[in-house]
Amino acid sequence: MTLFSTGKARTAERDGDRLGFAGFVHKYPETVTAALLVVICVVVAILNPDFLQPSSLIDIGRASVVTGLFALGVFVILAAGGIDVSFTAIAALTMYSITLLTTSYAPGLPMVLVLAMAVGGGVLLGMFNGFLVYNFGVPAMIVTIGTQYLFRGILLAFVGTVWIMALPEQMLTFGRAPMVQFTNSNGAVVTLPLYVLVLPAAAVLTWWILNRTLMGRAIFAMGGSARVAERLGYNLRTVHLFLFGFAGALAGLAGIIHVSSNRLANPFDLVGTEINVIAAVVLGGARITGGTGTVIGTLLGVLLVTVINNVLVMVGIPSTWQRFVVGTFILLAAAFFVVRQRRN
Amino acid sequence: MRRVDGQFLVLAAINVILLGLGAAISDGAFLSIFNLQSMAGQVPEIGLLAIGVMLAMCAGDGGIDLSGIALANLSGVLSAVIVAHFVSNVEQEGLYSALFIFGALVIGFLGGLVNGTLITRFGITPILCTLGTQMAFTGLSVIVSGGKAVVVGSPEPLSSIGNEFWFGAPISFIVFIVVATLVGAALKFSPFGRWLMLSGSNPKAALYAGFPRSAVVMATYALSGTLSGLSGVIIAARNVNVKWDYGASYLLIAILIAVMAGVRPEGGYGRIVCVVFSAVALQLMSSLLNFGGLSNFVRDFAWGALLLTFLAIARYDLVSFVFPDKRR
Repeated sequence: MTLFSTGKARTAERDGDRLGFAGFVHKYPETVTAALLVVICVVVAILNPDFLQPSSLIDIGRASVVTGLFALGVFVILAAGGIDVSFTAIAALTMYSITLLTTSYAPGLPMVLVLAMAVGGGVLLGMFNGFLVYNFGVPAMIVTIGTQYLFRGILLAFVGTVWIMALPEQMLTFGRAPMVQFTNSNGAVVTLPLYVLVLPAAAVLTWWILNRTLMGRAIFAMGGSARVAERLGYNLRTVHLFLFGFAGALAGLAGIIHVSSNRLANPFDLVGTEINVIAAVVLGGARITGGTGTVIGTLLGVLLVTVINNVLVMVGIPSTWQRFVVGTFILLAAAFFVVRQRRN
Repeated sequence: MRRVDGQFLVLAAINVILLGLGAAISDGAFLSIFNLQSMAGQVPEIGLLAIGVMLAMCAGDGGIDLSGIALANLSGVLSAVIVAHFVSNVEQEGLYSALFIFGALVIGFLGGLVNGTLITRFGITPILCTLGTQMAFTGLSVIVSGGKAVVVGSPEPLSSIGNEFWFGAPISFIVFIVVATLVGAALKFSPFGRWLMLSGSNPKAALYAGFPRSAVVMATYALSGTLSGLSGVIIAARNVNVKWDYGASYLLIAILIAVMAGVRPEGGYGRIVCVVFSAVALQLMSSLLNFGGLSNFVRDFAWGALLLTFLAIARYDLVSFVFPDKRR
């Protein structure tokens, strides 16, 4: 088994061998995403060669870390058949509270502990989501719309609304530490920061959980059919708690990285970007009704959305078109995947 | 029918309690004609969107309409931009108003048809479809307006819909009640209503019974879109400008109203009269928090908590616990 094939894809493997191209696309929906990404990159590079400069590529890499971490969480929940929209609020609440705690009570706290606290906070808030979704028995999206407002209300009404400009030293160092650093042709220093590595690490962990553990089986089974999964003996309560807890952990991590790289904790940040993230996951080939999708596809989807958001201006399309283009892409991708399934 | 009456009674009781509480806190100022009129004026735009959400939810099969406020803004913005090309809002007020209202309703209707087509013809899940169109509609409003507010001004009679009164009630509120009654009657007495509810409660049985499933879903989203267009008209009538990002929190509030009204998210059940009561209750609560001098952020928190509370009430059937069936 390769990094690509999971869940439903595998059951369709035999049909895929017979159907040639259509079967191949059915088996690996993320190839469409990859092809689209390549086409867009080539077109943009022809229209504006500046795109291929290391600095703009590194910008895209940096911009995709936070979205990528969010997207992995959204993907895991989507694979289990739910939609989460509260992850940005989880990230905002944990990042701001923990930055506030660290600056006011423990400015010397090692970075590892700061990250651990962010992950822990995210897990708690995520598990709260999971608890409610399991017990209420309504679509996860409706529950998480509620918790999004709840978490954000707690943050803005009770924790604080003031920007924290003076971050503790270890967070600044974490956001600045370079992996690759060089000076480009016009003399500016370009840095690919070390924290970029968090995304591949999280992706490998997610892949491992989904494809190598019993929990991963349970997640895809629940996404296929919750009732069948329950009859197979999976404990849906545990799966819900794990699932949302894991997504919460990724959101908490993304929040702290967002603060460290921006050198500023703004409580109004992040919330409002959830649709972009969901779009990325869906463009990566995960079906919104659950049970399918791959980690690679999700990452490709994130790159696609980040590239679209970054290059429109480079090729002379006004930035006002950005929403419309992403929205249209979602609809096209959705229609494409549905038509493809029917034909098979 | 037991559940229906329970939900209705609880909502009515909540409204009475909130009015009483408001009067007690504010020494009666909460019940002044001025305050009642201002509260009633704020209900329609969000109430219409909530009816749209309710219809989509009733259709079942994961039905939901997330594009409501985006489509309302698009209707207002696009109609204002187009009509301003041909007619001045200062010199020909009557003509401008008529064209603007007509344009917004048509755009809303067409937007709804787009949703319906994508869902029935292409088989896209409603959540995903309306998520995409929400972005596309908002994007379109940004494009046609360049991201800026579009001036509608206060041409008569458009402006009077938002600011004048008939028999002491805001005209917009009367429009809302009339439209809600019409939709309610359609749900109760027309074949459309029966098909909608029955196919929502059991899609498979509806299929075998030969219900025109696609046509019902199409009509549902087209109706929801038209209601968004009407909401866009009322937004324009109450404000001097229309803008693409108006009412960012309306999406949640519309869903909150529907859930509070006892509409089942999995489809097949919902009552218009409960949606109206629930919208009014939410407005009362919102004004009450304002009277209490609390910030908007506390209100966000309260909305989230309220939505979760009502989900819990629906889940554990607390309504029939409080109002047990007397016949048993």
